[in-house]
Amino acid sequence: MTVTFDGRVARSGWALEVDGLEMDEGVTAVIGANGTGKTTLGRAVAGLDRLADGRLEIAGSVADDPAAGVFVPAHQRRVAMVFQDLRLFGHLRVIDNVAFGLRRAGADRAGARRQAGTLLERVGLDSAAWPRRPAALSGGQRQRVAIARALAPEPEVLIVDEPLASVDSSGRAQLRSLLGDSPARHVILITHDPVDVATLARRVVVLDAGAVAGRGSAAEVTASPGCEWAATFLGANVVPGRAHGTSVTTEGGLVLAVAEEAAGPVYVTFPAHAVTLHRDRPAGSARNAWQAVLSRVDIDGERARVHLGGPVAVKADITKHSADELDLRPGLTIWASLKATEVTIVT
Amino acid sequence: MAGAIMSNRLPAAVTWVGFVALGLLVLPIVGLLQRAPWSSLPSILGESEVLEALRVSLIVSLAATAACIVLGLPLAFVLARRRLRFPRIVRAVVMLPMVLPPVVAGTALLFALGRRGLVGQWLDSWFGVSLPFTTAGSVVAAAFVALPFFVVTVEAALRQAGDDLDEAAATLGAGAWATLAHVTLPTIRPALAAGTALAWARALGEFGATLTFAGNFPGRTRTLPLETYLALERNPEAAVAISLVLMAVALAVLVTLRDRWMPR
Repeated sequence: MTVTFDGRVARSGWALEVDGLEMDEGVTAVIGANGTGKTTLGRAVAGLDRLADGRLEIAGSVADDPAAGVFVPAHQRRVAMVFQDLRLFGHLRVIDNVAFGLRRAGADRAGARRQAGTLLERVGLDSAAWPRRPAALSGGQRQRVAIARALAPEPEVLIVDEPLASVDSSGRAQLRSLLGDSPARHVILITHDPVDVATLARRVVVLDAGAVAGRGSAAEVTASPGCEWAATFLGANVVPGRAHGTSVTTEGGLVLAVAEEAAGPVYVTFPAHAVTLHRDRPAGSARNAWQAVLSRVDIDGERARVHLGGPVAVKADITKHSADELDLRPGLTIWASLKATEVTIVT
Repeated sequence: MAGAIMSNRLPAAVTWVGFVALGLLVLPIVGLLQRAPWSSLPSILGESEVLEALRVSLIVSLAATAACIVLGLPLAFVLARRRLRFPRIVRAVVMLPMVLPPVVAGTALLFALGRRGLVGQWLDSWFGVSLPFTTAGSVVAAAFVALPFFVVTVEAALRQAGDDLDEAAATLGAGAWATLAHVTLPTIRPALAAGTALAWARALGEFGATLTFAGNFPGRTRTLPLETYLALERNPEAAVAISLVLMAVALAVLVTLRDRWMPR
């Protein structure tokens, strides 16, 4: 089962051109700067935008092929979408928003509502909110409704456009795990959140200026991101750990001081350029310093990305000049430091 | 009218002329109310001519409103969702009956649908149907002048709603008809109600086009406005009484619209 996208979508003034993109089952993260065509890619797969030329196949059958005169309309595609602006039906109760797709598939009202209730429980929406209209809900609650509504008709492909932006941090972990084992075979996750990529994505597609700039596993794309934006985005370190007060114990046993209080399982994220490297134990103001074994150095122009192994895998961006001065080579044991204020806690 | 915060920035003359204009609008209402034969109102409104005109008025206005919905809804969709070749001209044609003198509308209808009219001659010779001077003709005249009120209201709502929700419905498996029935129409329901009420109120008050195209036959085409005009010479008290009823209906429609469907 694959989604194969090989074609061009014309928009006014620009076009998205995708050459032979194959998305297997599981979560595909689509990343890129604003206006690079991420949403257009999703809309074309959903059948909301047509290809100008080329071919789109979903699970072995042609969904769009202008040359052959084939266009399967959106409502016959089994591709559901969680829109960035949610687009809940204001005239329907929350429960009937979720039941909408089931009703269109032929379920009776009572059966559809029962199934909708099960889904709303899974996304963690309090049952007191079920009979209300979407307008009476908070942004985070509405987002849960939108995800439940898209999952209800058991789509083959689920497209999620910036899914977790307006959910509070506790809900984010729950929804992330829900997307991780989503009943949809394919999840196309359009995201701006490095944690989504690190924790969910089986593969990553990088879009830049309407074309695919990079593709592959998260590790492969991080090694060759294909554009500056993705390099910075993927340069973010995402380390799982357990928080207690203002410190976090990472899985490798390293204790990091952080600037905000939290408790329980968290992710700590910090940009690669926030990590500094030293030959000797650093004496500055940085709260965190640890010894690490250097595993690899990638040189990209004037920038060197240094990959550190144990106790935690961390990327550090330094200038090529500094890398030369420090005489970095794999196997070397080196000191790394990180200011507590550079660390963001994601629960 | 002049709020406390704004008043110091508004020239006093503007405020005064504004109040004079308001008085101009209120004066006829007061004039009608002070001449109202309150005690004999029930007996006047119970007269057989008035009841007959009321019956014709209800039939004509309700049938015209139904025609406005059946024809106006598709037209509103075409205007809001289809890319038209000459959108300004089409929109002007749709709105024309709103500004056209009703007697001109009636004359135009006569030459289009009259027995020797453009289409009317074929209606007559093929189907034996003749619209002028019939109740059906009154319905056509009322629908002609009322249609833009419905179309303009609904089109504006469709434009405002956009097609975002329609797209969401499509990704959930809803075809074009299901989307229309379960998403688009329920979303614009307030505008549908407002457009229907406005069209009905306009149809109920229609005078000029009806008189010109459908004539003034008791029991067939003599509606309440026509009855009022006739009563003015024969029995002024009856004219005042019917006018009061028509004004009360118009006010009720507007107040209901303001309370429920129009942004304040």
